[in-house]
Amino acid sequence: MATFNLKINGKNHQVDVDPDTPVLWVLRDHARLVGTKYGCGIGQCGACTVHLDGVAMRSCSVPVSKAADKSITTIEGLSEKGDHPLQKAWLEHDVPQCGYCQAGQIMNAASLLNNNPNPSDAEIAAAMEGNLCRCGTYLRIKAAIKTAAAKMK
Amino acid sequence: MTVIKTTFNRRSFLKASVAAGGGLMLGFSWLTSCTPTQEEAMILPSEWFDINGFLKIGDNGIVTIMSPNPEIGQNVKTSMPMIVAEELDVDWKKVIVEQAGLDTKIFTRQLAGGSQSIRQGWQGLRMAGATARRMLLEAAAQKWQIPVSELSTDEGLIEHKKSGKTIGYGEVASAAGAMIVPKEVELKNPKDFKIIGQPTKNVDGANIVAGKPLFGLDTQGPGMLIAMIVHPPAFGMKLKSMNADAVKSMPGIKDVFTINSQPEDFDRQWSDVNAFPELAVVLGETTWQTLKAKRTLKVEWATESPLESSADHTKELTNLLQKAPREPARRDGDPEAAFKNAAKVIERTYSAPFLAHNTLEPMNFYAQVTPEKAELVGPVQTPEFLRKTLVSVLGMPEDKISIMMTRMGGGFGRRLYGHFGVEAAVISQKVNAPVKLVYTREDDMTQGTYRPAYRVTYRAALDKDNNLIGFHVRGAGTHGSPVFANRYPAGTVDNYLAENHSQESNISTGAWRAPRSNFIAFAEQGFFDEVAEAAGKDPIEFRLQLFERALTNPVGKDNDYDAARYAGVLKLVREKSNWGVEKAGVHRGVTAYFCHNTYVAQVVDVVMDNNRPRVQKVWCAVDCGIVVNPEGAVNQIQGAIVDGIGHSMFSELTFKNGRPEQENFDKYRLIRHSEAPKEIEVFFVENGIDPTGLGEPALPPISATVANAIYKATGERLYHQPFVKQKPILG
Repeated sequence: MATFNLKINGKNHQVDVDPDTPVLWVLRDHARLVGTKYGCGIGQCGACTVHLDGVAMRSCSVPVSKAADKSITTIEGLSEKGDHPLQKAWLEHDVPQCGYCQAGQIMNAASLLNNNPNPSDAEIAAAMEGNLCRCGTYLRIKAAIKTAAAKMK
Repeated sequence: MTVIKTTFNRRSFLKASVAAGGGLMLGFSWLTSCTPTQEEAMILPSEWFDINGFLKIGDNGIVTIMSPNPEIGQNVKTSMPMIVAEELDVDWKKVIVEQAGLDTKIFTRQLAGGSQSIRQGWQGLRMAGATARRMLLEAAAQKWQIPVSELSTDEGLIEHKKSGKTIGYGEVASAAGAMIVPKEVELKNPKDFKIIGQPTKNVDGANIVAGKPLFGLDTQGPGMLIAMIVHPPAFGMKLKSMNADAVKSMPGIKDVFTINSQPEDFDRQWSDVNAFPELAVVLGETTWQTLKAKRTLKVEWATESPLESSADHTKELTNLLQKAPREPARRDGDPEAAFKNAAKVIERTYSAPFLAHNTLEPMNFYAQVTPEKAELVGPVQTPEFLRKTLVSVLGMPEDKISIMMTRMGGGFGRRLYGHFGVEAAVISQKVNAPVKLVYTREDDMTQGTYRPAYRVTYRAALDKDNNLIGFHVRGAGTHGSPVFANRYPAGTVDNYLAENHSQESNISTGAWRAPRSNFIAFAEQGFFDEVAEAAGKDPIEFRLQLFERALTNPVGKDNDYDAARYAGVLKLVREKSNWGVEKAGVHRGVTAYFCHNTYVAQVVDVVMDNNRPRVQKVWCAVDCGIVVNPEGAVNQIQGAIVDGIGHSMFSELTFKNGRPEQENFDKYRLIRHSEAPKEIEVFFVENGIDPTGLGEPALPPISATVANAIYKATGERLYHQPFVKQKPILG
């Protein structure tokens, strides 16, 4: 066990955890931010996607020791009122079915649009390939990303 | 005008304040937001009045409608309340939806499965809304001393047109609860529907995209401990002994022990499928600490029954198909003679492997069991069955057990089998503390309850004029055959034989989205394509001719389909896809299938991309009667299509000596963004028939539609799933 000072969504959190604790479980069990989801634990499904210094990372595969000096953004912190252009586009296109993967999808898409504000269909698919949707909402996710990109121009 | 007899008991006036609400978990709010398109914030009432258990009306006219059924992503949480709201006659923007917990005094069939929620709930939901509306009218009539027959409603307002008097539902809600429930109520004429049939956004949408706590895995409560299990690594194995010494002293660990969630004398139900009732359990304070301890635990296993491998399964299924069963499932005419005298006989064999469900949210459940009561919260498709098993296993009466269903990160049939709820309860009872049981992905994927492995042989006999004179299907599968003997083409062929074989196995199986149909439609509709080709007929024309036979001069009895509706969807997809018009580089396949009471026909466009076939577009025509929520409906159909393509193309669960060879998504392949079709267009037949379900029907035929198109593109047929291991895909 060790003490870590983390910056999550602009706020400071102090946690006492093993240094190998994945950021995912620090978020869910200690910071009580459960928007970031557990799907596989091995970085294969993308449900745990957060931003570390603005870059999309699979939080199940980042030990807290590596995140201590970084700024962590979770789905709860993407916007104050849930009104980021991606979140609005997600609602406009009625994307979710079960909804479990969607926070990870949105966080990954936000990182994509930060790097590439006008992605082609192929670039969207390539960037989002690591985010599984078991319910098959891929077409709507693509449409929502394109809508958000257009609004964010 | 439709009049329906009401079946509610008289309910006395109940007042419930906004702040109250049983079973609220810390950090959880069961009040989901209103429709996300609403611009202004909804002002909550200061008082609620419970009208009939299905809905509450606030003093300011805001309405809370309970959604009775478990939500697995099929969006009944939006469509079921829409039906209530329609008959209640309120503005949907003034509706809040709440998930109802298990309550068999108010609700029937609180179950997610079989694509039946809307079909079986249709009348009851309409009645709930209509009854409440009637009670509000009675209250206004009494207040004004005017006959009810002179009153009407308009979206939450009661009007006396003669005098111009109006009053809002909120103002009479208090009195309405005391009205006598009428014996009969009027239902709206569907042509007057204002809510049903309108594309409506998911009621949980805003909460989902904001990352609010919604899922079972998100449950948190005071004093809650985390429980994780270790189950045998192979089917046929059982817990023998365990060395917990090293683990018990690990940081954050409270206890390590074994449980048996199926004691000797317990009352087994169909939902109690569980290959591994005896488990090692690690109890800890946080998930990561418990997970590390679980991985450190040393367990010894004993082998109890043969350890099976996939090669064994294939061999056994193949052997089964070599012989006829003692009794056929169905026989019309003289199939042997038909095949003997045929001008052409076509015979093909199809197969598909075991599949895991892989809901993205793994199995989990929260339980707090004390000597007085058991409180359970979590993702389960069958809460009523879970409660019944708990009565037996915990030794507690039913009225002491409460179950609240959380939103589920996927169901697909996996959560019909609530063993994880039983396990959580048994653990909580043993340690006398609230517990959240969490399965890892590996625990989940290797636990069983799989879609069975299947193999089927089809034979068709054509006469010299290319008429279909004989049809024979013989199917085999783990714990049961995939064949539906009375489905099409039964009834269209004079000489017909359907046969079933069941393979024994210690690998547990269960319902997986569109059970049996999810495989047999692939085989049947692929076979039809070959028979049509052998007969020199267009595949749509070939099917339509058979439907015509079923309509005018059907063979036999118990033909389990409506040939007119079946032909109807096929004609619709033919029209919408411009079938028959060739486009350069585009190769097409077509299918039609009927399951879970709904008719579906599909056309797929495949193009070659770097010498590999790729699905470009899917057209899907659907006949499910009245479409309650077109927005959710299209999403379901698109999702089912992506699901069906994904699994038939990529997925399989194989076994070596009883062990699943895949335990996470590195080895078990699921369809990803780039592999989904570029476009899926959906069309509904409009016929005003009472609605049927959509969760499953679009999945079964899509693998055949794709396979039929790939045949056109490559000249190669696909007979075995997953396609990614077959020549037409490998190249």
